[in-house]
Amino acid sequence: MTTKTIKVNYLARVEGEGGLRVVVRNGVVTKAELSIFEPPRFFEAFLRGRAFSEAPDITARICGICPVAYQMSAVHAMEDALGVRVTGALRALRRLLYCGEWIESHALHIYLLHAPDFLGYAGAVDMAREHRALVETGLGLKQAGNAILTLLGGREVHPINVRVGGFYRMPSRRELAPLAERLERAREAALATVRWAAGLDFPERRHDYHFVALRHAAEYPFNEGRIVSSRGLDLSPAEFEDSFEEDHVERSTALHAHLKADGSSYLVGPLARYSLNFDRLSPLAQAAAREAGLGATCANPFQSIVVRAVEVLYACDEALRIIAAYEEPDHPSIPLTPRAGIGHAATEAPRGLLYHRYRLTEDGAIAEARIVPPTSQNQASIEADLKNFVGGWLDLPEEELRHRCEQTVRNYDPCISCSTHFLRLELDRG
Amino acid sequence: MTRQRPRLAVWKFASCDGCQLSLLDCEDELLAVAGAVEIAYFPEATRGTVRGIYDVSLVEGSITTPHDAARILDVRRRSRQLITIGACATAGGIQALRNLADVREYTAIVYARPDYIQTLATSTPIAEHVSVDFELRGCPINKRQLLEVLAALLAHRRPVTPAHSVCMECKARGNVCVMVAQGTPCLGPVTHAGCGAICPAYARGCYGCFGPMEMPNAPSLSEHLAALGMDRATLARFWRGFNAHAAPFREEAHCHDD
Repeated sequence: MTTKTIKVNYLARVEGEGGLRVVVRNGVVTKAELSIFEPPRFFEAFLRGRAFSEAPDITARICGICPVAYQMSAVHAMEDALGVRVTGALRALRRLLYCGEWIESHALHIYLLHAPDFLGYAGAVDMAREHRALVETGLGLKQAGNAILTLLGGREVHPINVRVGGFYRMPSRRELAPLAERLERAREAALATVRWAAGLDFPERRHDYHFVALRHAAEYPFNEGRIVSSRGLDLSPAEFEDSFEEDHVERSTALHAHLKADGSSYLVGPLARYSLNFDRLSPLAQAAAREAGLGATCANPFQSIVVRAVEVLYACDEALRIIAAYEEPDHPSIPLTPRAGIGHAATEAPRGLLYHRYRLTEDGAIAEARIVPPTSQNQASIEADLKNFVGGWLDLPEEELRHRCEQTVRNYDPCISCSTHFLRLELDRG
Repeated sequence: MTRQRPRLAVWKFASCDGCQLSLLDCEDELLAVAGAVEIAYFPEATRGTVRGIYDVSLVEGSITTPHDAARILDVRRRSRQLITIGACATAGGIQALRNLADVREYTAIVYARPDYIQTLATSTPIAEHVSVDFELRGCPINKRQLLEVLAALLAHRRPVTPAHSVCMECKARGNVCVMVAQGTPCLGPVTHAGCGAICPAYARGCYGCFGPMEMPNAPSLSEHLAALGMDRATLARFWRGFNAHAAPFREEAHCHDD
């Protein structure tokens, strides 16, 4: 029996800090553990005693990559607690803002974080020396997403215009017009991205995932819908905690989520959303996915780069639809009256389902907060992928093996600050 | 003769990653920046790392664990210039709200097994641990200001980041004062400039992302806010946001505790 240890001290190109430990005994992977060393920041604790209206600005600070997702789950959960619903043009503007975040976050991951894995570079800056046009396309696309966030949200990171009940200020039709021109160019770039990504070399690795995502009656999901799964779950967001739970493991400051019923893992994020909602994509996005060789479902995590590209295309398409149909509402927000209650919401962050629950006191102060981010839900699936895939790579040269392991984690675009929470790979061959 | 490019490192402590993302958000300038400096350590963007001494380190995040308190000393030793970026690094961030509470209770609220969690009782800015050459404010930082800091560094000059209040930026932007005209509570008069007065431009009051300006008159603003009808508890909370541990805001908040 050979004894060998590979260690990756800091997994790069993921947002946050984590490490990875793979144990191999006699050529078989017996254990794959993801650890997250992100220092705990205790959001759920210091939210207690704050006003309900402060939740969108405070929870945005959980993640600088997907602040809109936190703001959206927060406002929907608060509105649920207060017994109000935001509809019409204000609801559409929230979808538009979410389109901006998906475009920005996915373009960042596709071009700057994930593409270097497929083309064999340490990072996008190195890649740009030989693939300058490619990196520039990616940056241009990312900038289009950020243009939505800047106009509608006030700035790219931690937008300031979102409030419980709507917005502080709504854009005029005239302000949105230049954005539409830019998004039309972005849609072309997104289509080119799907075609480019489809031509990459993917390891043939599949897994029978339990996909979990929102599903809405008419739309590809951002803000609203029922929580459905590929194995028949169909829940309202208020029932989330009946079916899913989080565990605390010693190696990690992020909690690990799994199904309550049998402790099994499940997958949230682009693959799950796509596989459960293909029929809700716009005709253009569906056609591009077909042309890229994707079926109506996708279970190869390495192809998540193609699925993200399809979602970027959809988000450009949807943003253009929203802008074309936009009529300025009479008021930027709806009136709210504080009351005691419990509110739940789940929305689709770029990395997957993001659940918030709040209990409010009579005067609208937060008595209790619970936040379940996508990366903590996907940790078990990341570990399962490593366990399933690493076995086939054990004969590869050390450096390449390590790289494959890192890539397996990066497939998930893990946002580790989100899970409150960096990566170190340690391969123990016994 | 080619002069060697300065070696840049980007470090993360307790934070949301938003400030380092601001560098990647410079879509038009990123490749030019990458040509002007050698990005020697930036794990969020690249797996390639160069070890040794860095000409400049950008540090994001606050110190909240014993491990990070030791790590920042090593980062300082290996950096010719150390620049902190963002409210976490310059003031302890939103997570500094723990400084007012019992961290054991906080751990028990969030984690099923508090015994697995290693954390300090406080979240503190980098400057409370090592000497800092320049502080860039903001939650998040403004990317134009980040580019100014990098440009200044390349030109061997001091970055120009005015320490006056957000009010000045509001006037420059032509905003109507939200506090005078609508009675909307606003931290603009005491908050460090840098964001471009975004909130008042979007019809809301400033909530202090950039922390205290130079010589703020916080008590006077509290009086004004109280006259607008803000009760003591709300006032204390208003000062305790993303820069709650910055001395002028911390002390003013304390005056309104019961």
